[in-house]
Amino acid sequence: MSMKEKFLPLPGAIRDLVGDGDSVVMGACLEPHIPFAAAHEMIRQEKRDLDVIAPISDALTDMLIGAGCVRQVTGAWVGNVSGGLGHNYRRAVERGIPRPVRVRDYSNFALGMALLAGAHGMPYAPMRTLLGSDILKSNPDFVVGENPLSEDGEPVVLVPPLRPDVAVLPAQRADVFGNSHHWGNAGLAQEAALAAHRVIVLADEIVDHDVIRSDPGRVLFPGFRVSAVCHVEAGVHPSPMSGRWRRDTAFFNDYHRRSRERTGFLAWLDEWVLEVPDHAAYRAQLGDRLDDLRITGEALSAPANWAAE
Amino acid sequence: MTAPLAEGFSTQELMIIAAAREIRDGEVVFVGMRLPITAFGVARLTHAPNAVGLFECGIARHEPADGMLYTMGDPPNQVGAAWTTGLVQVMGQLQAGHVDLGFIGGAEVDRFGNINTSYIGGPAAPAIKLPGSGGAPDIAAMAGRLAVIVNHDRRRLVERVHYVTSAGYLEGGDSRRQAGLDRGGPAAVITDRAVLRPSGPDNELHLASVHPGHTVDEVREHTGWDLKSAEPVVETPPPTVAEMEALHRIDREGFWR
Repeated sequence: MSMKEKFLPLPGAIRDLVGDGDSVVMGACLEPHIPFAAAHEMIRQEKRDLDVIAPISDALTDMLIGAGCVRQVTGAWVGNVSGGLGHNYRRAVERGIPRPVRVRDYSNFALGMALLAGAHGMPYAPMRTLLGSDILKSNPDFVVGENPLSEDGEPVVLVPPLRPDVAVLPAQRADVFGNSHHWGNAGLAQEAALAAHRVIVLADEIVDHDVIRSDPGRVLFPGFRVSAVCHVEAGVHPSPMSGRWRRDTAFFNDYHRRSRERTGFLAWLDEWVLEVPDHAAYRAQLGDRLDDLRITGEALSAPANWAAE
Repeated sequence: MTAPLAEGFSTQELMIIAAAREIRDGEVVFVGMRLPITAFGVARLTHAPNAVGLFECGIARHEPADGMLYTMGDPPNQVGAAWTTGLVQVMGQLQAGHVDLGFIGGAEVDRFGNINTSYIGGPAAPAIKLPGSGGAPDIAAMAGRLAVIVNHDRRRLVERVHYVTSAGYLEGGDSRRQAGLDRGGPAAVITDRAVLRPSGPDNELHLASVHPGHTVDEVREHTGWDLKSAEPVVETPPPTVAEMEALHRIDREGFWR
């Protein structure tokens, strides 16, 4: 076996692979599998001027904005899925607090097509969505052209490819070479992995290579496109992960309440990020609460026979 | 229809039943969270047992999830799904014309059914930055029909939205077609007071039915444009016993009561 081991502690991976000013995809899976542990580490390391790319990302983008890490949001939605508006997002866009943030508006499908174009080396992706929407006016990246293959010159929206500097993607399990098993809805995780220059996997569990090899159909992104694998149990908390973690909705609601005012957000940030040295300490701070979120039931899929003869 | 009518129901339960009735049997439906997901469940248990639900995060389901959902990606929505896949795959089906109906909500809806979930006061210097589009513009542009869920007041039902996040009939008439959208558009706007539907060559939203306990004058007073009425305006049919039984089977915690 000649695969390269890519096992790194999370702080080292964030230090080595995420630079100030980088474009970073996080929350590509939409509501589940959001890499909060990586965002917390970026905040602790005081990353600056990030372009955060995400379709939804729940409260993750809002936290990074409040912590002053973000110069631009490239995405479709920033808020708190069960709570509502993103208070830090509002403060930054409406009043420049703690600093102004530029918004590059996409719809979810447009972001998917942009990453798909990036993943596949396409010069642009054609799509029918967004015609008639003001997103075409507020985001100048889109071009409305005529479909050259149609007889009546039907309008078509051309979306330029997105090739993010970094994608941070959780997975239920991975080997030390970065080969990752994912199950459940995938959102834009595969497109993000294949479009990005560097991929950091947050594996809830590190398993033997033979476990991954036994079921290549469950590999969402292959190790040869992965830069670093970090073992971070519950790195998605408070978002859910099928077969591992339920959603901690009370935690999202608490964040929503406390982030309503800037001072409340800063106190929250001290309590859950800045005064917590690493994710192990974060898990310890959650204590019994994390145990209660652990999925303990079993709903195993039937094995698939991969025999060749 | 002579099905026995239910006695007691909340406004939200009536809205769920009205939304469920928009779903026809065998249709492929972009569901979305909260009220529409419950409506999908009611439709499945009553008149539309063969409807299929799609979720933009990358899930297709026949049966509603067994367990409380706070987001469409929660583990109960994954268990026993018909398909777990990616967003591009599911929304690609939408673009290809295989989705009959989609549900979305909005902060502002105007007389031509355009929807704003992005900016109050324009994108350059917004008074309020709303969370944004999500997949709503995609559903509004590409589903066969659109159903919009919104609370009924003059701040939300406006003459003209500040920003068209999701295209309705744009400036009315055939302007939606002119923009290159060759199908779809709002078929129903379901509020807590009434149901509005497009009518006439302008595709302007008209009052189609008023919920029990509400009046035409009251609905007009809470609408931000000179709301015209389709003829005749009827009362929104109250839920049947069978519909309420289906709803109570899904809403075991009584969240919508």
